[in-house]
Amino acid sequence: MKFLFAPGFTSSEPVHVALALGAMVAIVSALVGVFTVVRSQSFAGHALTDVAIAGGAGAGYLGVNALTGFVLGSLTGGVAMETIGVHRVRSRDVATGIVLGAATGCSALFFYLEANSGSTTGSTQRILFGSLFEVAPGTLPVVGLLGVVTVAALALIGRALLLSSVSPEMATVGGIATRSVGVIFMMTLAISVGLSSVAIGAILSTALLIGPAASALRVARTIRGAMVLACILGVVATSLGVLLAYDSYNWTSRHSPLPVSFFVVVIVVTTYALTYVPFLRRRATSGRS
Amino acid sequence: MTTTPTSRPVTPVLEVQDVTVTFGDRPVLDHVSFDIAPGEFTGLIGSNGVGKTTLLRVILGLQKTSSGSVRVLGEPLRHRSRALGYVPQKVILDPDVPLRARDLVALGLDAHRFGLRRRSRDDKNRVEEMLDAVDARDFADARVGSLSGGEQQRVLIAHALISRPSLLLLDEPLANLDPKSVQEIVALLHRVSVQHGVAVLLSAHEMNALLPVMDRIVYVTNGKAASGTTEDVVRTDVLSELYGHHVDVLQLHGRVLVVAEPSADTDHLPSHATLHLD
Repeated sequence: MKFLFAPGFTSSEPVHVALALGAMVAIVSALVGVFTVVRSQSFAGHALTDVAIAGGAGAGYLGVNALTGFVLGSLTGGVAMETIGVHRVRSRDVATGIVLGAATGCSALFFYLEANSGSTTGSTQRILFGSLFEVAPGTLPVVGLLGVVTVAALALIGRALLLSSVSPEMATVGGIATRSVGVIFMMTLAISVGLSSVAIGAILSTALLIGPAASALRVARTIRGAMVLACILGVVATSLGVLLAYDSYNWTSRHSPLPVSFFVVVIVVTTYALTYVPFLRRRATSGRS
Repeated sequence: MTTTPTSRPVTPVLEVQDVTVTFGDRPVLDHVSFDIAPGEFTGLIGSNGVGKTTLLRVILGLQKTSSGSVRVLGEPLRHRSRALGYVPQKVILDPDVPLRARDLVALGLDAHRFGLRRRSRDDKNRVEEMLDAVDARDFADARVGSLSGGEQQRVLIAHALISRPSLLLLDEPLANLDPKSVQEIVALLHRVSVQHGVAVLLSAHEMNALLPVMDRIVYVTNGKAASGTTEDVVRTDVLSELYGHHVDVLQLHGRVLVVAEPSADTDHLPSHATLHLD
């Protein structure tokens, strides 16, 4: 056990905060991720991370808390994408690209300004790649609250989202306001990207959003099953990532831990690769009698 | 069929009155009018690109008109009324999404309702009933994305029917199906129409497979439409006037052929005229 759990793991407060935050963020990301993958909006999800980076960098320059920057940035980007992009899939793609470009330009400016102000202490690294161990405990309730709001919104519009992803026209004829449902979903996507930016960094938040959901969708038998499985995979990935990063302190003679985000992403990607094992897949996709 | 105590005629499920649609300067539909009575099986027939899909989209409230009106059960269309069921032509179902056939059918029942809900026993029975009605029991638990075109078509029909619409609209449901599946889907739609008392309006570029079941035909060409029984509409004089050129309507082994005069401007003539002699 000592080999697996390095001394102090269970009693360290940063570890507790990291585990709790990692789990909350993983659950929100997994649930939002399932709908993101089903609606083929992974690109939009990734573009939002670029906007979140701009928000985070701006917050850093202004001395505001990073979570506020991430969430506000990402929400602004989401609203911009929905406003520019009309219903057609193609213009949605273009809208995403335009917003992505604008956001990256803003990031360049904010990072430059902050570097020149001389206050920087690894904040670029933290914004892009996260640092679960350095999250202030006070962040937890805020993340929890935003997470609950997001999941509640999904619960409200879940079935409508699902049918709109099959065919927006069938959904409209069936009495669903597809446009409003799309806007609400974009908001949940934006908040979830903001939350995971705090945890594993803005750039890597796509991995936590798409990875567990995509893996779960490949092997689950139902959408509900995929949601449960995606949550489990996400929580396992972040918890195991925290554990391995903590252990990695003793791996090198320099005694500095490797980034948590690296481990999380490795676990997520490995899991997805495993879903290509034919045995797992066949079980899920049959269903004829 | 419902009978009313008085002798007044039954309200049509669908009244299309004088509908005109223009894309830019080009008229796509030009003063199109027709009615559909409750339970009627109607074929919307015409070559590709004559405006069939546009007409269906107008009826569904998905396409704005330049003039004219559409009434469903005597009232202007409101989506919340759920009086229409719709099966679009192209639905791309992803085999990587674990949406089972039975899940898609059930979404027809409650996708428009907000919030988490446990489906009642009645709901579940209704889903089973619909799966049976379209012979989809054997693949009810398979992912819809992994099903064949004909099987997906049946699941989509069950999805559209489960909300008990008065009119079921289908856009080219017979396109891209093999001849055996075409016959199966036509027979199934006819059976469902009779058993569930639902009127059917389906578009097709070829009428022969539908001749045995059609109560009414709406024949569309050049944005104009003629409507009535097959005997009333599929006639040399009626179709010649509609096309604006002389066309001959021929009967051959119980099949109908619309044949153009060789000298005429062939752009406006039925592309299916000389096909389908099998």
